[in-house]
Amino acid sequence: MSVLAIVEQRMAGEVLAAAHEFGSDVKAYSIDQAYTADVYTTAVEQLVRKLNPELVVFGHTYQTRDYAPKLAARFGRVLIGDVIAARPPIFVRQIFQGKFNADVRLVGEGPHFVSIQAGAWRPIEAPVEVFTPEVTTSRQIAEPPFRESARAVDLTAADIIVSVGRGIKEKENIPVVEALAQALGAELAASRPICDAGWLPMERQVGSSGQTVAPKVYIAVGISGAIQHLVGMKGAKTIVAINKDRDAPIFEVADYGVVGDLFEVVPALVEEIKKTKA
Amino acid sequence: MKIAVAIKQVPLRDSPLRINAAGTWIVEDNLSFEINEPDAYALEEALQLREKHGGEVIVISTGPARVAQSLREALAKGADRAIHIDVATLDTLRVANSLAAALKAEAPDLILTGLQSDDLGYGQTGVILAELMGLPHSTIIMQVEILPGQVRVKRELEDGWFQHIQMPLPAVLTIQSGLNKLRYATLMGIKKAKTKELKVITASEAPQASAVIEKIHAPEKNKQGQIFDGNAKTAAAKLVEKLRFEARVL
Repeated sequence: MSVLAIVEQRMAGEVLAAAHEFGSDVKAYSIDQAYTADVYTTAVEQLVRKLNPELVVFGHTYQTRDYAPKLAARFGRVLIGDVIAARPPIFVRQIFQGKFNADVRLVGEGPHFVSIQAGAWRPIEAPVEVFTPEVTTSRQIAEPPFRESARAVDLTAADIIVSVGRGIKEKENIPVVEALAQALGAELAASRPICDAGWLPMERQVGSSGQTVAPKVYIAVGISGAIQHLVGMKGAKTIVAINKDRDAPIFEVADYGVVGDLFEVVPALVEEIKKTKA
Repeated sequence: MKIAVAIKQVPLRDSPLRINAAGTWIVEDNLSFEINEPDAYALEEALQLREKHGGEVIVISTGPARVAQSLREALAKGADRAIHIDVATLDTLRVANSLAAALKAEAPDLILTGLQSDDLGYGQTGVILAELMGLPHSTIIMQVEILPGQVRVKRELEDGWFQHIQMPLPAVLTIQSGLNKLRYATLMGIKKAKTKELKVITASEAPQASAVIEKIHAPEKNKQGQIFDGNAKTAAAKLVEKLRFEARVL
């Protein structure tokens, strides 16, 4: 199969690995232009029309999510996004926030468009050429990226992290997990919805839009384990999950799990830790 | 200013989901449904923009008859009228084609939708819609500012980075959860919603699907983790033993 890999800085090695796994005739390009959705859609369209690949492979980055669906639609295709495994023409992706996997079969002739999930392929090194598109105009005008403020909390330095998700139900319940963090001498972190709701500050968010951590122990309390969260913590040496839903995806990455009500399990755990430390 | 919001109805969060006999989708009988969370934020943003700039909010959805309930909910929260495209399809291109056909007739100044759905999770409908309608777009939006003939948005990037993007109106934006505070429908709103227009239309013809779900299945476990259940106290004791002697952090 002829494969075109579109390589950006993020996930470059992984995209090359997937492309070389999918096909023997692989061409890899990076785009020599500042990013806007309009510019990249037109640029990669030019490249696809020139090379006529059967499959175009991207990393499932925020940038890809911004323009690749538009590009695929231009060819009458749906981007098969966030793929975790493949045996072409079958591509496996997660649905229902990781509860199930779907085997998606490509229909009809190429070009087809696939983006792969971060961490799903082991990076390789392979040649990448540079494509300079014929000048295109952009309706979007992009300003330079910025960070909201210096991070006061560096979760990446913590040995132990206690992280809390939707299962905590209300802001008033946060002290339940705070007590666990304190007993363990751990940093307190959270999944996105908790920070969105303002129950904990944004700088304590772990996941694709927050911090990426790899502590000795990560204790996920009431976190279901959507991929956006998992990418931020699956590098932890030991993962502990406490959740009432036995089918929650967090248990797929957990070394130790407790299926149960966090409002019973966490206080019991705090008591047990205090006993041990005494 | 005329704002259209595309919403999707998805199974209620934390619903117990089962795979159907054919293994091609979930069993939908006896499930409750709700507005996809990022779409609820898109609706809220539209309502706040209308409060600031005046105009009209139209809410639109594709799906079977049950979708009407979510559209009524959006009307109760304050949308002015609703369009229901009565089609039972999972195909993202077909959904986007149907939305595009209906929205072309409405010619809104701004189209909002959530960045992705909690069920399929493709995160593409808004972007495809922009392509089909020939409009500029931006995704994963945390802030919307209307300028004369233009919109300036704050777009989320990875690892806590952001970027401002400006583009001409009309435009399509996909909204990230958490950019505003969701309102509840008031009793008055619910009462008013009953008299608001909810138009049902049929789906437009669409090209052949370029990909189909052949099978869905529970994920294979990468790790053989140990699960402790039963009594909370016993489970806690076992866990502490592991933290102490295996992970060695106690």
